[in-house]
Amino acid sequence: MRNVILICKKELKSYFASPIAYCVMALFALIFGFGFYTATRDFVKFSFQAQMMGQMQPMNVNEQIIRPLLGFASTVALFLIPMIAMRLFAEEKRSGTIELLLTSPVTDLQIILGKWIGSLLLYLCVLFMSIVNVAMLFMWGKPDLKPVLVAYLGLILQGACLLAIGTFISTTTRNQIVAGGVTFFVCLLLWLLSWFTAFDSGGFSQVINYLSIVTHFENFAKGLLSIKDVVFYISMIFFSLFITARAMESLRWRA
Amino acid sequence: MIKVEGLTKRYARTVAVDDISFEVEKGQIVGFLGPNGAGKTTTMRVLTCFLPPTSGKAAIAGFDVQESPQDVKKRIGYLPETPPLYPEMEVIEYLDFVGQLKGIARSDIKSRVDDVVERCALGDVRTRLIGKLSKGYRQRVGLAQAIIHNPDVLILDEPTSGLDPKQIIEIRELLKHLSGEHTIVLSTHILSEVEHSCERVIIISQGKLVAQDSVANLTNRLRGSEAVCLEVEAGPNSTEVQRRLEQVSGVSRVVAKDPRDGQLVFECESLQGRHIRADLARSVVNAGWNLNELRPVGLSLEDIFLQLTAAEKKDSAKQDGGTK
Repeated sequence: MRNVILICKKELKSYFASPIAYCVMALFALIFGFGFYTATRDFVKFSFQAQMMGQMQPMNVNEQIIRPLLGFASTVALFLIPMIAMRLFAEEKRSGTIELLLTSPVTDLQIILGKWIGSLLLYLCVLFMSIVNVAMLFMWGKPDLKPVLVAYLGLILQGACLLAIGTFISTTTRNQIVAGGVTFFVCLLLWLLSWFTAFDSGGFSQVINYLSIVTHFENFAKGLLSIKDVVFYISMIFFSLFITARAMESLRWRA
Repeated sequence: MIKVEGLTKRYARTVAVDDISFEVEKGQIVGFLGPNGAGKTTTMRVLTCFLPPTSGKAAIAGFDVQESPQDVKKRIGYLPETPPLYPEMEVIEYLDFVGQLKGIARSDIKSRVDDVVERCALGDVRTRLIGKLSKGYRQRVGLAQAIIHNPDVLILDEPTSGLDPKQIIEIRELLKHLSGEHTIVLSTHILSEVEHSCERVIIISQGKLVAQDSVANLTNRLRGSEAVCLEVEAGPNSTEVQRRLEQVSGVSRVVAKDPRDGQLVFECESLQGRHIRADLARSVVNAGWNLNELRPVGLSLEDIFLQLTAAEKKDSAKQDGGTK
């Protein structure tokens, strides 16, 4: 455990020593802020209109701002995660520091977990940027807290899952650009899978649909916490980290 | 301390290390010598558990690298060819990280870091970013990293590559200090390196072990005969001098070299176990010529190395010819 924390701390430190962390956080804050501005502006406009037309039915902040906004955040995360994950192993392989890690008395699993948790913590920092905006809604409105928390849990699980996949891809190459690019396309693919099956309900496309990261996020966005989706994400994380461990082993045999 | 038996490492297309066996006693400094691509780095990587062997065994302090890698890793310090440094860290920060990684107790870390900083003369750059250090300092940080946990065995892959002569001497001094308590294996393709700092040499070429012995023994063994360089003042005719030298008893061969500053230069080799210096001098002087210089030519490790690796090549060429 001590080793995992040690490696995790080192990862976080090097994220914040390089521009990556600031870059990713700033980009996310910018895009999310833009989405937030648009969503609230429209919300305010519509609610004025509704009032003028005499409809007194209150509008729902959860439904109309937070839900689409966090759905938007999950899409933005697809683009940012490759930037976070790409350097994990690729950089160590390129600079040769992987030799230090692999010849130190730590296990492969500790290295992988340390790195993955480190990247996850950075991802949490990125998500934290959105809390400022969401907190504003709580200050001036009365949204439900519970669905918001569930949606954030969904964002975290989805990110953890994609980061695990990115970690695996990063072990397979010493080139960060390749690692980032491939991770991006895999994220994109997992996202697009749900499109291919939109109008087909056959057994095969149901399987494909099940694999889509986005389908599982939808329920979280609605504020529904279903075990099925949690299990999906957690099993994906386990699977990815497992193949990462295998990939590292094969690295030794092939290298 | 280190025991390697029948170690073979095969890559997809090439055999990097082919059936190597050797042993290293505790406290020895052993030089691992070979041309580029001979398999030095691969052997070291197997010893450090970075690569698994294809077949054969390697053990450090009685622990097999494949069966109990964690026990092996605890006992080794490894400096790879390119020092494994994180450019974004400060020197102290990095050593602290490595120390923890190697499993030093938290309470001891500070004193260990201070100790290696002093030993490797890193005091001036304690808080500098590693990325901004010069090559020599990086190499020293790499060395500090390898010795921070006081390992039983130090494995250094070309520890002096890319350093200037002063730094090389400093590293050598450092290694000498370390040798008492640590067993050191260092690889190099620079021969003088081995002559200076190693007690034993293991020579490998093309993945095969060519020779292993102490430096002194190796030199003696290969120097079957005595070689002497003579300078005779110009005047007499070169062939005449050569003929005369050849007649001295015990001389097996005389080679006329290019004249230097008008002096005739010859290199004479003796038959096995014969001393010819006195006879050569007498013969020249008796003939009435002026003998300006007479000195023994020692066979340097360089020559030995070339002889051994060349013989290896000839053998393999023969084998290739045979299979075709």
